[in-house]
Amino acid sequence: MKTFNYHAAKDVKEASKLASNSSAFLAGGMTSIPSMKLGLATYKDVIDIKHIKKLSGIKVSGKSVTVGATTKHAEVASSKDVKKAIPSLAKLAGGIGDAQVRNRGTVGGSIANNDPSACYPSACMALNAIIHTNNRRIEASKFFKGMFETALKKGELIEAVEFKIPEKSNYQKHPNPASRYAIVGVYLAKHKKEVNVAVTGAKSSVYIDKDLSKALSSSFSSSAIDGMELDSSEMNSDIHASAEFRASLVTTYAKKAVEAC
Amino acid sequence: MIRVTIEVNGKKVSKDAPDHTILSVFLRDNLNLTGTHVGCDTSQCGACVVHVDGKSIKSCSTLAVDINGSKVTTIEGLAKEGKMHPMQEAFKKMHGLQCGFCTPGMVMSAIDLLQNKKNPSDSEIREWLEGNICRCTGYQNIVAAVKEAASKM
Repeated sequence: MKTFNYHAAKDVKEASKLASNSSAFLAGGMTSIPSMKLGLATYKDVIDIKHIKKLSGIKVSGKSVTVGATTKHAEVASSKDVKKAIPSLAKLAGGIGDAQVRNRGTVGGSIANNDPSACYPSACMALNAIIHTNNRRIEASKFFKGMFETALKKGELIEAVEFKIPEKSNYQKHPNPASRYAIVGVYLAKHKKEVNVAVTGAKSSVYIDKDLSKALSSSFSSSAIDGMELDSSEMNSDIHASAEFRASLVTTYAKKAVEAC
Repeated sequence: MIRVTIEVNGKKVSKDAPDHTILSVFLRDNLNLTGTHVGCDTSQCGACVVHVDGKSIKSCSTLAVDINGSKVTTIEGLAKEGKMHPMQEAFKKMHGLQCGFCTPGMVMSAIDLLQNKKNPSDSEIREWLEGNICRCTGYQNIVAAVKEAASKM
């Protein structure tokens, strides 16, 4: 791994001030450190944000669950408050990577990285999340810009993610057997006025499947989407799953999610 | 260079290391604690698992400086007064190892499981050990060893 200067930021202001074109914020490091080791990413400065207390923790109100950026997956998975308010969110966090990854990895890191197969971006999209940064609030639908791309600007730091509590929700994942990343992950959320079916792993970035969402908004039952064939032309194809197989998995897992609600 | 001050197996350690020093390298090369193994070096195989402040983590994907002020337990820190930890005893008794390369990580990970769940089922053990890979494929006996340890701990 190429050398860098490590900084442990005391507060958000300091972290933001240290940021440059060749810096990275470090939270759990579960993606950033392996990426640096493999030479996929190099930085002059690594700014550790884990010691900034206000970035960690879980708050539940009547309408939303707000998870601090550096809150670990294991904390979300085991939180009684999250389990009660949005059980599917706790389930999603408990299925990321493995126990050791969940002891380090964070929600902020996951969504800032925006891996096309990451679990959390689908929760953000389905649960109409608001991403709170150090200078603005970004709706999830405007946050995820494309493969490994987000709306974050230089020096902009995620402080917390606010998930709206739905009436019902469920997350279903077809994991890669080695990495546990989603070959396809479907996050279904039934809100008062709409149903969102967010899909990860299938395309270059997380998205809302409009056909499935529309069909389930009219009739919230698995028969409403039974046999629905989705357009696979923009779907990923690799040794694990062809685009056609992924398209079929999306419908299958959306059905499973409805049935599990 | 940056100062890394941590407690390892009950002893305070304070050493200068390059900023980008990985914890597994710090333990093995700077402290000569070679019981922590490095397998894949990309946080998938789990041979490098150690405990930081009581929780299992992959030391190959953690910066040494990142855990400044923490307490680290490695496989070398488990035996007390020449007596093996019950998890180590169980791995020995149930033949939970063949070549032994994955064993330090398996043992450290399994101890963390029992901290979270006292009497895990077979499937819970297998699920928890998801991040620990044994290429001798000795999983049956590893699961049996964890169950044996659970009955003793």
